[in-house]
Amino acid sequence: MIKNNLIIYLAILIFGLAAPFVFPAFKVQLSILCILIILAITWNVQGGEMGYNTFGNILFYGLGMYLCASVQVGMFFPLGEWTEGGGEKTFVHTPAQFFQGFAFGLAVAAIVPAIVAGLIGYSILGLRGHYFAICTLGLGVAAGEISGGIEIIGAGQGFTTPPFPNVDRLEARGEFFYFCSFIVLIFTFLAVKAIYSTRFKLVLNAIRDNEDKAEAMGIQTMKYKIIGWMISAFFCGLAGGIMGGLVGYIDSTDVAFDGREMGVFMVLMAILGGKGTLWGPVIGATLFHIFKEGFWTFFLGWQYVALGVLIVVIVIYFPEGIMGWLREKYPERFGEVVDEADRKAQVTLK
Amino acid sequence: MLTLQAVLDGLLLGILFALIAYGMALQWGVMNIINIAQGDLVILGGYIAYFMYLYGIHPAWGVIVSPIIMYFVGVVIYKLVINKVVDRDLFISILATFGISILFMQLMNFAFGADVVLANSGYGTTMLFDNSVTLPNSKIFSAFISIVFAIGLVVYMKKSKLGRAIRATAQNARAAKILGVDTEKVYAATFGINAALCGVAGALISITFTIHPYMGLPYTIRSFMIVIVAGLGNLPGVAMSGMGLGVFEEFADYILGTEFRIGSVFLLLVLILVYRRFKLSRKREYLK
Repeated sequence: MIKNNLIIYLAILIFGLAAPFVFPAFKVQLSILCILIILAITWNVQGGEMGYNTFGNILFYGLGMYLCASVQVGMFFPLGEWTEGGGEKTFVHTPAQFFQGFAFGLAVAAIVPAIVAGLIGYSILGLRGHYFAICTLGLGVAAGEISGGIEIIGAGQGFTTPPFPNVDRLEARGEFFYFCSFIVLIFTFLAVKAIYSTRFKLVLNAIRDNEDKAEAMGIQTMKYKIIGWMISAFFCGLAGGIMGGLVGYIDSTDVAFDGREMGVFMVLMAILGGKGTLWGPVIGATLFHIFKEGFWTFFLGWQYVALGVLIVVIVIYFPEGIMGWLREKYPERFGEVVDEADRKAQVTLK
Repeated sequence: MLTLQAVLDGLLLGILFALIAYGMALQWGVMNIINIAQGDLVILGGYIAYFMYLYGIHPAWGVIVSPIIMYFVGVVIYKLVINKVVDRDLFISILATFGISILFMQLMNFAFGADVVLANSGYGTTMLFDNSVTLPNSKIFSAFISIVFAIGLVVYMKKSKLGRAIRATAQNARAAKILGVDTEKVYAATFGINAALCGVAGALISITFTIHPYMGLPYTIRSFMIVIVAGLGNLPGVAMSGMGLGVFEEFADYILGTEFRIGSVFLLLVLILVYRRFKLSRKREYLK
């Protein structure tokens, strides 16, 4: 079993490293896929393992995006003049400045959302169930509306992130962002996998299954909930920072706090793959991205109609997701011991 | 005098919000579903009135036509989607109605275009207090119609057979079933009535304010907020908190500027939820 896993990991690693050279035309798509997987995994920490279904992780994603770009610009040039319009033409980053700024920006984009999550966590995470879901939905939309009114980050006209510096190779931009997102993806996956092997995951599951009982057992649920949300926010911010550089243009409601697209995508991908599993979000995000890219152009303007239908269909007919379905079909593969008599008894009881 | 203007505007606006919130409270109480598509139903109702206006019929008739059409839209939505999520986890219903919301948004965008429109009722304006306060007559008309519909519905829920069945189902669906209430029908009717109320509100909004395919979500959030402030089944509370929200919004508009109007509504939602959470946590309870 361990050997099998190792082979799978190695295969994915080799594929990931070779992909931009084998499929050079799909570099941007592959980078976006990495970002989507990160978002799905982090949503799953929050929604799947902890049972706190959030629409608000888009807040950290957008925050990371704005922070990364602002730091990258603000380190070397005045931010206000940059966003006033045409700043990317007057001020040019040298390659060294660009990479330094980006690295520093990513660090800020990861840490600040985590701190924000920690600060608001105590108030917001006291809500439960659908109140939490609607509250976080409100947070995400409010962030989008408010950031659209702030002058220094471009207000309504958007924020152009620093263009990639002129290096000799034309391919460099795509490869740089691909490897950034791929490395962050591996980092996220391994970190989450490590977290899932500790007692922390069991605490999260206890909170999901019955928070009152978990509290009665002496678990400080609030502490763990806040830490869980901070982990989510940390990786969401990282993903947002990279995405900002990749897209090259930040708009408050269409790119950064895009609750209608990214905010729903991350929930949908995690549910499609299977909530509360390690591999579910990865599979779900991959399938979703393939479906999206394969059919989005085919629907030609009807994407959102298709998206709406897809949400309804997945939620109604497929709420357990792919991993849940596999688990029902082959429980032995998941390390569950099934007693045949027990299973029959359950069926008859129904 | 700007203050008085804002207060009056807010009160008249708030009555409309209260009407939408009443629909939401109704279906939340009966079916235990939070309908994110509520605002989109409102906008759809508005477009029905707008279309009547385009074809030369006075948009005020939309108040009659729109709820009739929207009732059937609501029943169809119920039959296709909602009846499959009624007994399930609340998050499932939120997500499913979110899907419906996105679907409606985009379909309306295709059908009616992405322009901000309004149906001109041609009612003129009333000047009060030496012309210092301007009140469009359409706003007064819409507030009056909302009150009429709200009172009509309250009476209907108290007196009619269906109304009693709906209230019985809200209290205890299982017991109602045992006593011969067809809960499936009751649910469909409830959702239909909710959609019809949204239709009325939408028609009034298209007369007094503007409509746009993507403006639905703020109406959902407003009605959700009104319901949680007032509590389920507290009708005077719904009316009061609706008007309070209207006044708040007008003041936010004047003080912060129009670009922060929607943002302030969403922030207020977060603040209200957080406030209630802290208030309840003193008694070691939480919002249920």
